[in-house]
Amino acid sequence: MSKPQEFILTIENVNKSFEGFKAISDLNFYMDKGELRTIIGPNGAGKSTFLDLITGKIKTDTGKILFGNEDHDLTKLREYQINRLGIARKFQTPSVYEDHTVFDNIMLSLPESRGVFSSIFFRLDSEAKDRITEILKTIRLKDMETVIAGALSHGQKQWLEIGMLLAQQPKLLLVDEPAAGMSDDETKRTGELLLSLEEKHSIIVIEHDMEFVRQIARKVTVLHQGKVIKEGSMDSIQSDPTVAEVYLGRKHSTAA
Amino acid sequence: MQLTASRLLMSHLIALAVFALVTLALVPLIYSSGGIANHDIQRYGKYLCWAALAVSLNLLWGYTGLLCLGQCVFFGLGGYAFGMYLMLNVGVDQVYKTALPDFMDFLGYTELPAHWKPFESFGFAVGAVIWVPGVMALIFGFLAFRSRITGVYFAIMTQALTYVAWILFLRNEFTFGGNNGFTDFKKILGANLYSHPHTSTNGKELLFFILSALLLIVTILLMIALTRTRFGKIQRAIRDSENRVRFSGYCTENFKLFIFTLAAIIAGIAGALWLPQAGGINGDVFLPRESLWVVVWVAVGGRGTIWGPVIGAILISALKSWAQREYENTWIIILGGVFLIIVLFLPGGISSLGKKLLGWIRICRSRTENFITNRKKKVDPNGDGEETLQ
Repeated sequence: MSKPQEFILTIENVNKSFEGFKAISDLNFYMDKGELRTIIGPNGAGKSTFLDLITGKIKTDTGKILFGNEDHDLTKLREYQINRLGIARKFQTPSVYEDHTVFDNIMLSLPESRGVFSSIFFRLDSEAKDRITEILKTIRLKDMETVIAGALSHGQKQWLEIGMLLAQQPKLLLVDEPAAGMSDDETKRTGELLLSLEEKHSIIVIEHDMEFVRQIARKVTVLHQGKVIKEGSMDSIQSDPTVAEVYLGRKHSTAA
Repeated sequence: MQLTASRLLMSHLIALAVFALVTLALVPLIYSSGGIANHDIQRYGKYLCWAALAVSLNLLWGYTGLLCLGQCVFFGLGGYAFGMYLMLNVGVDQVYKTALPDFMDFLGYTELPAHWKPFESFGFAVGAVIWVPGVMALIFGFLAFRSRITGVYFAIMTQALTYVAWILFLRNEFTFGGNNGFTDFKKILGANLYSHPHTSTNGKELLFFILSALLLIVTILLMIALTRTRFGKIQRAIRDSENRVRFSGYCTENFKLFIFTLAAIIAGIAGALWLPQAGGINGDVFLPRESLWVVVWVAVGGRGTIWGPVIGAILISALKSWAQREYENTWIIILGGVFLIIVLFLPGGISSLGKKLLGWIRICRSRTENFITNRKKKVDPNGDGEETLQ
């Protein structure tokens, strides 16, 4: 198994079944550092399972998932340990701390003092405050920092959660359907936000909305029945007959 | 936001100062002038211990979302640990005329069982009040949280725990007094525990009341401090979105284990201070319904608030005591009615009453304003009606 050093994520021969149903079968996936990768696929293709496996929410049956240069095998780590390596995940439904202010949501996501005792004695210094302010500006919620997160609109919650990921200073961002339930304008701005994060972070975006995929797509991976069936640019994906058959075939006419 | 947070802190601290003044100065003063009977100050002391127990459950349920239906397990363990010391100081003036507690004579023991021996030391017993509930919570919590048992399953497990404790402690062979439990305490550190008016001996009733008040004050201070830290905010975040916390690099199991253990220790100390004021303990303290009372106190007072559990525990206990005395047969119906009214009209508990009243006042005011505006418009449609509308 030779593994070029520039991969941020290496997934080899991974299998996962749920009570006989093969959600992921013999999956191989490689991702370069600094890449923005979009993963598409029909319902039940295993997209969310794919993220669950990377983040340790569920364990693989076989295979290995390696992260970064240090060869951390993610299949042996727990969720919080995987997160501390620098992998941040945005859930499909926005999950923010509804009882806390926007500011506190970001503050709690800062990577320092995450232990039981260190969190008791944590003091927010001005440097950390600056970092929070900068993130709030990036996600355009600076004016709402004292608002309780539960009072935000759906789109604002999605951005807040992306801001929470940024606060964790991750190397790899996993973003699950960021545009779900957003208006056209919000979707466009979410796309811009993700594109602005490219280069500084490696990003995996899972998405359904083909308009949105076209806006952000660099390299696209198509999942089907737990396998990668095609990888390449958006154009090559769209012109691929296999992909058209399993996925775009139905959607192509409306999306194109 | 910063301003309101510091104002909230100020109001909590002022309330706490008033509370301290009443319990540490006013009540002792009235007591020593003969204004409060011994059995009454013991009753008030018990209320304060129950309030501390309610605060400990609120730390779990209100702030972390872990509903524990067996908080009295830790309360009882603290009580039993301290009771072992008290039982070894009852003297030989008993039925069997030996230095052993009577129930041991009854079981045929001629000397103290090995696990009872260390409890001859007051210091060891006081230590055990803290570590016995603590270790119990640590073991149970470790197993439960590691297996990701949450929500209603956690609640059921804790209820099973208290049920097991109940069965265990009712057995004579368990060497903790069985059905009779511990009672008839006499001395503590050589001094008389209770006053006897006939022989004009002075007891320690006031001391235990003050200790109970101190426990509650320290516990509330701890809550005020904790809720303001990053730790306290993570607690509430775990309650609202545990997955998000976990995927933000926190080991939520460790947080929950720490909170569970801390709550158990507070409950244990409360149990130990409660015991001499109650005069005895037996296995019934582990009955599931006893722990359910604690849940009721917290719910009625207001979960997730600093003072709600204290208000709930004291009010409900006082109400129960009064109703049981005055209406021997119907007291449970009276109490049930009170719960119904609070659940229906004040789902946030008694401590949300102020906010609710303000809301009603605001609604009434805006209605009257609308009414006046509409009248003005009717009377004078071309006048300043439009301006008033805005």
